[in-house]
Amino acid sequence: MNFSTFLRHLREGFRSVFRNGWMSVASITSIIVSLLILGVFILLVYNVNQLTDKADSQVEINVFLELNVSQSLREQLQSEISKMPEVSNITYIPKNEGLKELRQNLGEGGENFLEGYAENNNPLPDALRVQVVEASTVPFVAQKIEALNNEHVEKPILKVRYGGETIETLFKVTDLIRNIGLVLVAALALMAMFLIANTIRVTILARRREISIMKLVGATNQFIRWPFFIEGALLGGIGALVTIAILFVGYQQLVHAAQSSLSLGTLITLVPLQKVWLWLGGLLLVLGVLIGIWGSTVSIRRFLKV
Amino acid sequence: MIEMQDVWKTYANGAHALQGVSVKIDRNEFVYVVGPSGAGKSTFMKLMYREEKPTKGQISVNGFNLGKLKQRKIPLLRRNIGVVFQDFRLLPKLTAYENIAFAMEVIEAPRKQMKKRVMEVLELVGLQSKANRYPDHLSGGEQQRIAIARAIVNNPSVIIADEPTGNLDPETSFGIMQLLDEINFRGTTIIMATHNKDIVNSMRRRVLAIENGQIVRDQIRGEYGYEF
Repeated sequence: MNFSTFLRHLREGFRSVFRNGWMSVASITSIIVSLLILGVFILLVYNVNQLTDKADSQVEINVFLELNVSQSLREQLQSEISKMPEVSNITYIPKNEGLKELRQNLGEGGENFLEGYAENNNPLPDALRVQVVEASTVPFVAQKIEALNNEHVEKPILKVRYGGETIETLFKVTDLIRNIGLVLVAALALMAMFLIANTIRVTILARRREISIMKLVGATNQFIRWPFFIEGALLGGIGALVTIAILFVGYQQLVHAAQSSLSLGTLITLVPLQKVWLWLGGLLLVLGVLIGIWGSTVSIRRFLKV
Repeated sequence: MIEMQDVWKTYANGAHALQGVSVKIDRNEFVYVVGPSGAGKSTFMKLMYREEKPTKGQISVNGFNLGKLKQRKIPLLRRNIGVVFQDFRLLPKLTAYENIAFAMEVIEAPRKQMKKRVMEVLELVGLQSKANRYPDHLSGGEQQRIAIARAIVNNPSVIIADEPTGNLDPETSFGIMQLLDEINFRGTTIIMATHNKDIVNSMRRRVLAIENGQIVRDQIRGEYGYEF
């Protein structure tokens, strides 16, 4: 294909997008809707992942010890736990320190709650605080520690606790969001593809006579196909660009709002747009164009058989 | 240059359009194809530019074996054949000039050459002054001249014309025939299906008469031979 032929195909593709008016608008809109939802989900999942990464470093296991555990046994236990490959850090929290921490955590209202408890009648047991490398291994590590108890005749471990439920729900929620997002996006992308296929079909029907004349004067299928290819890519590309504009402006507003609102800003920090715009924009554009080309290919194939 | 050997064509609905047609047409011949409606003339024409495929038999056009021609090679065959129809088949949204240039765009001719060649054929058909008119603003005869210009613009070796004067009055028809004669004189083979008795009888050329899917007459400088 020489350059002037390529220009001709480009011109025909553009012309066709305008000629089909509302059909083109419908296809572009469907592309926008599906890509917008995809974009929102990607940003959501990305932010949630960021949050869970943060939560990971805060997740720890508390191993409470029996009252009568000797120092040597405690140290032995400590070294056994720190040898596990999943464990990153282990610290000993004597019961007095535990009480102090508890007081701090409960804050002003809690002071009264713990009134009357002092070092001599401290109800808390001594504890080992275990941190793991990967938050998802917490339940597994906790089980392993519990199993250690049976290896000692003294049964030194009173209880193993971790913020299990919180973590598990967090993981379940992110997984759920991800799965729903994927299904929704796939369905919408399919819909967009069909709408584009339909738009191109209208173009082809309107130009059937033109196509038959082209074939009579010796046009190859490739020559006939190109303008439709370009039309599909244009529909997808325009849809993607509009989506990117809407998504980025909207997200920027959200980041601003979250930062300026004090109560939200301290709780959640959103990933700044500058960190994602390049790959997210690129991804949406490529997807849009691909859906467009796919749609056009589907509808041309049948028409070129003769 | 065009040769058929025992060609049969049966359509999917069971109609036997051609039944054992054998014929040979040499370079630079001018051939009329005559016969009653539905006798197989159109099928005979369509087989030559591979609009239809023979059910049985051999067809060779310009060295292409049409029975074995692959789908994607068909464009190559057609670039060497110009086709002209009763209903002109011009593109209504393009000007006369653009309609002719279209045939050159399709074969990806260089721009420079395109302009020169289109003006050349417009001159040959005598319509340079109407190059920028749309088909709507041209008479039937003028539209057919543009269609013929489009058919010859890529210098095909054969022109296949299916009732090119079918929609035209006698005077205009003779103009078109003079044009086709001129093109034939310049070295292009012309095969023309027609119902026009006056033309066939006054401009004597080879006549093939088809009836019931068979060639019943093949006459050099023949006559029309039917009363309608």
